[in-house]
Amino acid sequence: MELLLDILSWPLLLAGGALVILGAVGVLRFPDFYTRTHAAGVTDTFGADLILLGLLLQVPDTMTGIKLVLIFLFMMMTSPVATHSIAHAAYAGREAPLTGKLLLRQNVPVDITADGEIKEAAE
Amino acid sequence: MLSFLKISGRRLVLMLALAALWLLLSGYWNKATLVGFGAFSVAVTLWFADRAETIDREGVPTSVFPRIISYMAWLILEIGKANVMVVREVVRPQIRLAPKLIRVPATQPSDLTKTIFANSVTLTPGTVTVDVREDCLLIHALDESFADIDGISAMGAKVSRLEAGKGS
Repeated sequence: MELLLDILSWPLLLAGGALVILGAVGVLRFPDFYTRTHAAGVTDTFGADLILLGLLLQVPDTMTGIKLVLIFLFMMMTSPVATHSIAHAAYAGREAPLTGKLLLRQNVPVDITADGEIKEAAE
Repeated sequence: MLSFLKISGRRLVLMLALAALWLLLSGYWNKATLVGFGAFSVAVTLWFADRAETIDREGVPTSVFPRIISYMAWLILEIGKANVMVVREVVRPQIRLAPKLIRVPATQPSDLTKTIFANSVTLTPGTVTVDVREDCLLIHALDESFADIDGISAMGAKVSRLEAGKGS
């Protein structure tokens, strides 16, 4: 039984660790602020979730397991709020996103018409 | 009578949730003194929450239960798929992105469901909610393939149904 749990949890822990590293690589490689928030998103969603799941299979007692589940629930509620507040602060501070295949700098604040056309918003 | 039940029902839910949290985190269920202190802390928290007037449909969102649980299971699957797609972009030898800002209608009936929708979008890697407006969300997508307005709107419709049939 212990061996089976080890076999199940090690790949989860390794995959979670790999996702955390890949998220960090993405933060370094992506071209601008907004695209980097997406890479960081990998780290705090499945990177953390897979590690928590792997640890859940290794818990010595139920109490620890419950705490891990609570950590998962609270992360699911708090991490998007933090990501949104960072992205919104950049937007409100007029950090210009690079858009399209050519990565053209887009002026902000932008307004997007219903058919997806981007135009500069009136002051 | 009905309105009285509604208000005290929400308090009851908060009290049970706090008591369960205390018991689960401490694990002391058979030491009378400690359980007494636990009950006291629950009572004080309830009193504070009551005084701060946060025991309302947003502070104690009973209306989205139990549907939120199956929604979360679905959302976790979506997050998994999106993770794989973002990782594929990260490991590409030559970064080839076409980021895009899109506007997605957010017709959720309440602020609570609109918040759940905006947070679900942010939680899914590849899309981040940049701005929340009256009737729409401004979303930054990592690549054309993530800028799937129909797919995101379908998620919005799912969120709207969390509160369906419960009135406003």
